[in-house]
Amino acid sequence: MKELICIVCPQGCRLKVDEEHGFAVTGNGCPRGAEYGRVELTAPTRTVTSTVRCEGGAHPRCPVKTDRPVPKGSVFSVMEALEGVALAAPVKVGQVVVENVCGTGANVVATRDLPSV
Amino acid sequence: MYELIVIGGGPAGLAAACAAWDRGLRRILIVERDKELGGILNQCIHNGFGLHHFKEELTGPEYAGRFIQLLKQTGVEVRLDTMALDILPDAEGAAVHMVGRASGYRVERTRAIILAMGCRERTRGAIGIPGTRPAGVFTAGAAQRYVNMEGWMPGNRVVILGSGDIGLIMARRMTLEGAKVLACVEVMPYSGGLNRNIVQCLHDYDIPLYLSHTVTDIRGKDRVEQVVVSKVDEKRSPIPGTEMVFDCDTLLLSVGLIPENELSRQAGVEIDPRTNGPEVWQDMETSIPGVFACGNVAHVHDLVDFVTEESQRAGEAAADYVIGRRWEKGAGRPTSDERTIRLKNGDGIGYTLPQRIAVDRVDKLCTVAFRVSRICGPSRIVATDGAGERIAAFNRDRLAPGEMERVALPRVLLEKAAGDVTLSVEEKEGESA
Ligand code: SF4
Repeated sequence: MKELICIVCPQGCRLKVDEEHGFAVTGNGCPRGAEYGRVELTAPTRTVTSTVRCEGGAHPRCPVKTDRPVPKGSVFSVMEALEGVALAAPVKVGQVVVENVCGTGANVVATRDLPSV
Repeated sequence: MYELIVIGGGPAGLAAACAAWDRGLRRILIVERDKELGGILNQCIHNGFGLHHFKEELTGPEYAGRFIQLLKQTGVEVRLDTMALDILPDAEGAAVHMVGRASGYRVERTRAIILAMGCRERTRGAIGIPGTRPAGVFTAGAAQRYVNMEGWMPGNRVVILGSGDIGLIMARRMTLEGAKVLACVEVMPYSGGLNRNIVQCLHDYDIPLYLSHTVTDIRGKDRVEQVVVSKVDEKRSPIPGTEMVFDCDTLLLSVGLIPENELSRQAGVEIDPRTNGPEVWQDMETSIPGVFACGNVAHVHDLVDFVTEESQRAGEAAADYVIGRRWEKGAGRPTSDERTIRLKNGDGIGYTLPQRIAVDRVDKLCTVAFRVSRICGPSRIVATDGAGERIAAFNRDRLAPGEMERVALPRVLLEKAAGDVTLSVEEKEGESA
């Protein structure tokens, strides 16, 4: 039996996951917690949020995120992949910044509009 | 003459202005001192916003973006780069003095006002850390702005004092950007932030959290070179002999947020010393009729979704006030024969918001937000009236000061309550957390 805190929403439910019995989850306030408990102990994932360089916009950085969670072990590779990326304003929210980042199947997308100045 | 001036264009101001527009006001002005709308959300690039309001997980800029889009569909006027200096209430409303980069010094008149200035961080000065005064000591929010918006790294080896959410979020952020975060230090025996942030920001990156510890010395001439951390006793006094020395170049402070109420005070609004924000009625009206407050200026929130909900309530109430709908219903602001209740804090309650309830103006349910003053296991939140009669009780498995709680008191029960109502925590015996 493993105890976890669910990080899917701010409720932070205390989960108990039974690894010996098909990763059955108890203590979850909603179905997403059951899913999280199972995935966290089998193949944990995280959404990565960061920024990339942006030329000609209201700010020198544009915030971005992976459009779905990536394997926890890929988080630092995703950060490295963002290192050399530079956008040019105008940027639109949702615009794809890196496709299939590090082969994870997730796209990195912009999370705000940055009009050119 | 405006019908409504909203001071602040962050999440609270945006939601309040949109709600007031939807409720029928047409001359609304938002005064924002930054060069863009969105407030603190613009620098909160992490996700976890919007699960309640939008039923999906958004980053801060995305959440702000949704509201900025909504606002663009209204005729609400926005003045950016403009600072409100003074609010002078009078019989017809108020005069707002403001100074803007483009518009200069102006005085605008309005019928109603919504205070949505948000909060600011406590600084090193506010908590009095001993030691030298080198560069390298930042509030976590200032560091967040440098990293996420301006593209500067504040340092390479970092200690974080305080385990508030911004500090935890910055521990992860600095780590992802290549810094080494050596420790997160919290003076209380529990964290001030959300559990999920302890897990995904500290545990994920093996950053140690030292509870019941504090920073007792900052060393370094031009730049921070070392930070000394000591264990504290129950009275939060450092215990000699427990010092740990960290070699670092940066100290981030996440030691609390204070609602920013200079304007409210100047205007004469009554401030609750427990929230450091205006005392409000359940519709977010302050002690001055026609002046409303919402969001972090009223009390510091953990979740922007609740800021939105509260601010919509303020926006709607301000619209009703201006249009006179409240008077038509015969349910205007409290008069001597209107039933009003003061909400008092009993055992275990740190504050409640609202602090006052005008019962005749409650729709069906009156939402009460509160924080507990200590960690509690399985408990009952109990509302008791002036005669000692229990009018409502709500079960909770676990309560922590770091997490805002909310209960809804039904109007029918409030109508029956004798005198003022006290909210308190009763821990259930024989059960552990
Ligand atoms: S189990 Fe559901 S309610 Fe509980 S923290 Fe996870 S997502 Fe939130």
